[in-house]
Amino acid sequence: MDRRTSLQWILAAGAAGALAPAVAGARESAQQQGSSGSVRVQGYGSVNYGTMTRPGYGTDPDLAKSFRPGDIWPLTLTPAQRRLAAVLSDLVIPADAHSPSASAAGIVDFLDEWVSAPYPDCQGDRRTVLEGFAWLDAEGRRRFGRDFADLEPPQQIQMCDEICRFTGARGAQGAAESFFARYRDLTAGGFYSSPLGRTDLGYVGNLPRTQFSGPPAALLEKLGLPEELPSVRDAS
Amino acid sequence: MPFVSAQTQADSYDVIVVGSGAGGGQSAYTLAMEGAKVLLLEAGRRYSPETETPMFQTPDMAPLAAVGTPDKPFGFYDATVDGGWEVPGEPYTRVGEGPESRFEWWRARMLGGRTNHWGRIALRNGPYDFKPHRRDGLGFDWPIDYVDLAPYYDKVELLIGVYGTNEGLENTPNSAPGCLLPPPAPLVSDRLLAQRAHRLGIPVIPGHRAVLTRALDYRRTPARLHPGNPKAQRILAADMRARSPCLWATPCGRGCSVRANYQSTTVHLPPALASGNLDIRTDAMVYEVTLAQNGRARGVSFVDRKSGAHGHAAARVVVLAASAFETARILLNSRSASFPNGLANSSGKVGRYIMDTVGSTLGGQIPLLESLPPMNEDAADGLQVYVPWWLYREQLAGRLGFARGYHVEYNGGRRMPDFSTMQGLEWLTGGSYGRRFKADARRYYGSFVSFDGRGEMIPNEHSFCEIDPSIKDRFGIPVLRFHWLWSEHELGQAAHMQRTFAGLIEAMDGRTKAPAQTDGVKAISPGGTMIHEVGGAIMGADSKHSVTNRWSQSWDVPNLYITDGAVFASNADKNPTLTIMALAWRACDHILERMRRREL
Repeated sequence: MDRRTSLQWILAAGAAGALAPAVAGARESAQQQGSSGSVRVQGYGSVNYGTMTRPGYGTDPDLAKSFRPGDIWPLTLTPAQRRLAAVLSDLVIPADAHSPSASAAGIVDFLDEWVSAPYPDCQGDRRTVLEGFAWLDAEGRRRFGRDFADLEPPQQIQMCDEICRFTGARGAQGAAESFFARYRDLTAGGFYSSPLGRTDLGYVGNLPRTQFSGPPAALLEKLGLPEELPSVRDAS
Repeated sequence: MPFVSAQTQADSYDVIVVGSGAGGGQSAYTLAMEGAKVLLLEAGRRYSPETETPMFQTPDMAPLAAVGTPDKPFGFYDATVDGGWEVPGEPYTRVGEGPESRFEWWRARMLGGRTNHWGRIALRNGPYDFKPHRRDGLGFDWPIDYVDLAPYYDKVELLIGVYGTNEGLENTPNSAPGCLLPPPAPLVSDRLLAQRAHRLGIPVIPGHRAVLTRALDYRRTPARLHPGNPKAQRILAADMRARSPCLWATPCGRGCSVRANYQSTTVHLPPALASGNLDIRTDAMVYEVTLAQNGRARGVSFVDRKSGAHGHAAARVVVLAASAFETARILLNSRSASFPNGLANSSGKVGRYIMDTVGSTLGGQIPLLESLPPMNEDAADGLQVYVPWWLYREQLAGRLGFARGYHVEYNGGRRMPDFSTMQGLEWLTGGSYGRRFKADARRYYGSFVSFDGRGEMIPNEHSFCEIDPSIKDRFGIPVLRFHWLWSEHELGQAAHMQRTFAGLIEAMDGRTKAPAQTDGVKAISPGGTMIHEVGGAIMGADSKHSVTNRWSQSWDVPNLYITDGAVFASNADKNPTLTIMALAWRACDHILERMRRREL
């Protein structure tokens, strides 16, 4: 199906925020379907977001194996899209004193795997992300004469700041805001579930231990919390 | 030769058990350990938690950061294989699509069924829960009392290992001395909840879960469980010694390769197999109970889900534990001249009074829990503490507007970050990105809590399953069609849950992203999504209004028993798994006694 529209920007319904990792599954989302087509962003040409008809990993995958993006379904972003993905991911999660940037944590491969996956939620995100990329490049060219990835960092930041101020806007601005929010979620989702992200947050678990003795007494004292649970019998 | 095929399956057995989850696993265990020759039939594949469980794998090792997909709805590393909200080629249908009438059916097709991934929450029903009609005039009374089942709750807790405490609270029974393992230490967030709930008069007590917080007492417990049976004692002692205590790491829902929590495949089936009395045939999906000339069950017919070949097995006794509604499906599809409406269905009650648990959720963010120092809070993977139902008096006096109670499950702490942990933070961060976003993430990590209400549903005439008149599965077996309707009691309860959660979050000086949902229709989760599938072949005091008697034995066919949740005459707020196992053990004691007396 080749869908075209001259509306300024149509977003796949429910593309933003449609994902939860352990959602008590909606039956609709269990119906795998390919997604295909292209959409015309007014004044910016059309975006092909392709057809994803390959199967997923099935209901009985090898859980002991360690998977890399591209192992199960091919990665599909173009080199230019991957370059833009890296620049934008690092604007969302740059290096700081605690951890390296998102792209250094392999987030471009993660995003490529995500938008190349055959599952309906990923296909919704594919459309959101690719349309957002096209909009960023078009907007960069219109305002500064270059694709977004080729802009000077202050120009990129200026554009991101403006997108973040589109709160509740309609039309193209609202779509840009939704795209940026979803892109931040995808980047953060990949980064904070990676070893670098876990360390950054101070997660120190996933280690076998012989006992668990609870929080340090000094911390409880500082927080004014009891060593023992209050008795339920004298609840007021 | 414990795992059998068409070639090695015996001509006849003492007992056929259909299904290998909590009910089927317990049945196979009790029967085989006490000397009966048992054939266990499981629709799904053979599954070995010792070798297949992804214990320490992290999200970055999985496709898509291990999030749930239609192939693996609860996440890539969830223990369930070949199961979920849809099973390819094995559909079901439903009539309702509205928020009050929609029903969704979770199925697992694997050895051990859904016990491989369940939450391990193991609460006892209390005395009120067996006589709800007597208490408030609604629903049905069970033909048994709490005291009838109490010894079996003790046995199951001793066998599988359950942590918790005896608090002596109303309708929240104590266990016999020595049954419970010590609960895990509460987390910072648990203690904050307990402190603040106390001020509201809401009790917070240690949870009960089937997780070994220390090694089982293999010296004394086997004699308590199998008096006068030295062989069973020896086998069980060896098996208990082989189970490791909790490693205080890794999610229980993945299963446990060191057997520190309960799943049928790590606790029930290994000793039952070691007895030499148990044969297991996997990939065998039972669709019919066959009848002998004398009106008794002769055996079962099944289809091999891999080859498509049909088979039959024969036994003196048939035990159905296929999951409540699959059991109803088998009975309804077992039609004959003597049972034109389905086997054991002279009452017309097979498929009626299906129930789930009322579910509602609210999350919050707690500033007091921001920026805590790094500490390992993996603990026992959940429910260190919970809120038992506490408003019995107010409810009985009619002051709440809904008839039955709920308990509150609670989660917080610095758990392993996953794909969703740092998503959707705009309501806190104002939409930060860049270095500020990373600082925000460090600040808010570990400061989120969530409350999950789990409440009693009253059985009603509008919630039932029947055979769909036209749809068949890929094997040509007619499928179930579901009808569902929440009543005002469940909707009112869900709204009350939301107000409770909001009050607790406020008492913790926290905030919610969106206000509590006080419209019950919007607050309640769809029917079936709590996966507490019970009813459909309820037990009762007479054969006109129920499918089985007090021993889970069908009224119509004396050598046909049901040991999954289908026999539940009510669905208390307590999670059903422990009660399923206690009832199964009790039913199998009855079978063993009747077989010894040659009545079966």
